[in-house]
Amino acid sequence: MHASLILRVSAPLLLWVPAVVSLYLLVRGHNAPGGGFVGGLVAASGLVFHAIARGQAAAMQVMRAPPAAWCGAGLLLALCSGLLAWIDPAAGYLTHRWWFPDLPVTLPLNTAFVFDVGVYLAVIGTITAMAFALVAEE
Amino acid sequence: MDVFFFQSLTLPLVVGLAGAAGVALCRPALAARLGALCAVICLAAYVGMAGAVTTAQSLAMPFWGIPSLGVAGGLQLDGLSLVFALLITGIGALVLLYAGRYLQGDPRLPRLMVLLLLFMTSMLGAVTADDVITLFVFWELTSIASFFLVGYDHERLGARKAALQALLVTGGGGLALLAGLVLVSIVAGTTSLSGIIAAREVVLADPLAMPAMLLVVLGCFTKSAQFPFHFWLPNAMAAPTPVSAYLHSATMVKLGIYLLARLNPVYQDVVLWQDLLTWAGLLTAATGALMALRETDLKRVLAWTTVTALGTLTLLIGLAPELSATAAVTFLIVHALYKAALFLIAGIVDHETGTRDATALGGLGRAMPVTAAAAALAAFSMAGLPPFVGFVAKEIVYEAKLAAGGMAGVVASVGFLVNAAQVAIAGLLSWRLFFGPLRPTPTQPHDPPKSMLAGPVLLALLGLLAGAAPSILGTWLVDGAVAAILGRPADVPLKLWHGFTPVLALSVATVALGVLILAGWARLGPRLRRAAPLDRFGPAAAYDRALAGLVAWAEGTTRAVQHGSLRGYMRTLLLVTALAPLGVLVARGGLALPEAAPVDPRALAFLLIAAGAVATALARGLFAAVMAMGLVGFGTAIVFLTFGAPDVALTQFTVEVLLVVILATVLIRLPLRARDARTGRQRASDAAVASMLGLSVALVLLAVLASPFDPRLGDWFGAQSVPGGHGRNVVNVILVDFRALDTLGEIAVLAIAAFSVLALLRGAGRRLRTGT
Repeated sequence: MHASLILRVSAPLLLWVPAVVSLYLLVRGHNAPGGGFVGGLVAASGLVFHAIARGQAAAMQVMRAPPAAWCGAGLLLALCSGLLAWIDPAAGYLTHRWWFPDLPVTLPLNTAFVFDVGVYLAVIGTITAMAFALVAEE
Repeated sequence: MDVFFFQSLTLPLVVGLAGAAGVALCRPALAARLGALCAVICLAAYVGMAGAVTTAQSLAMPFWGIPSLGVAGGLQLDGLSLVFALLITGIGALVLLYAGRYLQGDPRLPRLMVLLLLFMTSMLGAVTADDVITLFVFWELTSIASFFLVGYDHERLGARKAALQALLVTGGGGLALLAGLVLVSIVAGTTSLSGIIAAREVVLADPLAMPAMLLVVLGCFTKSAQFPFHFWLPNAMAAPTPVSAYLHSATMVKLGIYLLARLNPVYQDVVLWQDLLTWAGLLTAATGALMALRETDLKRVLAWTTVTALGTLTLLIGLAPELSATAAVTFLIVHALYKAALFLIAGIVDHETGTRDATALGGLGRAMPVTAAAAALAAFSMAGLPPFVGFVAKEIVYEAKLAAGGMAGVVASVGFLVNAAQVAIAGLLSWRLFFGPLRPTPTQPHDPPKSMLAGPVLLALLGLLAGAAPSILGTWLVDGAVAAILGRPADVPLKLWHGFTPVLALSVATVALGVLILAGWARLGPRLRRAAPLDRFGPAAAYDRALAGLVAWAEGTTRAVQHGSLRGYMRTLLLVTALAPLGVLVARGGLALPEAAPVDPRALAFLLIAAGAVATALARGLFAAVMAMGLVGFGTAIVFLTFGAPDVALTQFTVEVLLVVILATVLIRLPLRARDARTGRQRASDAAVASMLGLSVALVLLAVLASPFDPRLGDWFGAQSVPGGHGRNVVNVILVDFRALDTLGEIAVLAIAAFSVLALLRGAGRRLRTGT
């Protein structure tokens, strides 16, 4: 199947705009609508558009690593983000830790965000794995 | 490091696990030595701890518990555990060393080493666990290790079948054991083994006591190959010989015996327990002795004599008095020593001559004198000849049987025949194999290198030494274990010479009959082998029939449920989804309507959903239907948006976009007819199913709205979001913080779903391409 000219030309736009929006959603997620899950969905939809427009191989090239690896990396990151909880032996696994370093700008360092990034990566990996397999060229 | 560290019961478990990892990473040539070193370290640790273990005192320490689930956890080393731990580590070290040489050059050797070390660790965990759940986990790990080790030659069908059989029998028994242990710990109010033994009266008084006991016994019988579950053990000889020597004679199969002995203080006065163990043990011993005489494969002969030994041990635990407990522990140690030695010797013979057929071998003593000497020593112990420790064991076993009260006659006479068969087989494995006339073999035999000889020679010599000074064995090892089995110390000294007693006469008669059987073996064996009913009606045949029946049943069910009609599947799914909640709602009187409220302008968004639904139903082609379905999704998103859930709305929008795009792309590719091909009747029935589902969901939702709304959870999350989670987006804070573990589970499910889809579609793609 050949995608239409319009789709092929607008492919980069359909890839990178969702990518940037997804990062924005991810970062603001803790205080405003957004977060890792929806961010991952948005980024994945950009990649799926790209796969439809330019083919699966091109989309895979943009991703650098296979979707399964994204999935695994996300899971691993989310798993590990909970380990720091044990700095305090009494805290349960996945009790997130927050640091507010003494800087001129407010910089909330926290493991909750790391966890959210893990969700983000896992969602991207899952959706692209499924969608690429479905729309794969025969 | 203080002294306590070396007395740590977790040390051997850590060493075993670390060793398994180390062996996996190091060079194959070093793997065996590293493995054996780990086993020696563990052995040294237990020897070091032995001083702290007496008949009245045991070592205990905390280990892996789940207090919130009432799992106490904890490790304990008493006399019984110590005997097992020393056998596991001592024989383990020799077997690992032996295996390195036996399978030299095999690329899978490191894997074998890893499995053997993991097995050793699980065994140690099982025999030192003071908690039934911990015990069970390690118990099952040994079954799994056994599965992989029996199936080591996984390219052979026989090995795969044997591995599966061993796993199904011991694993099935494991389930019974779990149920039994859970029942016992519920009754006793603790999962701690010592707690259960202490709560003996409470456990026995409960009506659940008998079912629990039967389940535990079932688990132990499958693990320790008691009749009628004995058939898996000879088949497990498909494993490499070192594995058979270690798992299937010296250690793993004794785990069932261990647990029976461990729980004996609880049940020892229950008549059913005594009878069950005695008769099952007797039957097993007799079966093993009979079948051993039928076999020609050295390893299978040994396996059947192991069955005999396991039966004898069960029988001895079933016989109540102190004498039998001492006899059981002594025989356990003795059997482990000589049987492991004989297995390793059988492996040497196989390795050096290229055959394991007892009828084809003979006179090997001249070519391999050291092996022959070790075999003779081990066989003397097996036959129960003085001054070997086997003699000590046999005498005391006879004494225990003769003291068995009303059953003494039957037990002792069957025991006499079984022992005579053992003498004959011991002769077969030593005299006939090594000293008779020389028979030609496929390869020219000679003594193997030291690392292979070390095991049999050392074990055989230990049998001789222990026989020479049985009192040391008694005070150092046996007494402590006996105290654990009986729940109180017993004073039964081990002696080599008892004087001229009836037992001695019985021993002499046993040896005489054994020699007679050996002389007639060449004629007796073939006759027994021709006795076909033994094969046709045994439990092994029943297992095969059961497995075949299971497969047939599964095929029938699959054909009935997986009929292949996609519309049929959808209809079933939707009808169940519709009728199940509706049925509950009607049956429990939950139908209700919410109070009427003034119409909200936001309700307009619902009209969009309704319009989408109607458009989907009326759409003429699949494409139009997909687009109309998208309308439903977007309508839902707008509802979320207007009712103050922007997060959910955002997600809904994105999911809807993805869904429409992916569905459309797939539909373009699929060779589907553009138009609906259903007949009018099919359409009507589909419409009925769809209406049913709609009605059901609507009624459920109305009932939900009619019930009062409990805002506590929402209020709590709203109030805690900023102080507890440092975030103003409550939904996100719940997802990544308050309920992070749930989210972790969800993304794990996502990943699993992705991999399943990949696997499915890969197959489908190939089928589409090849057109099959």
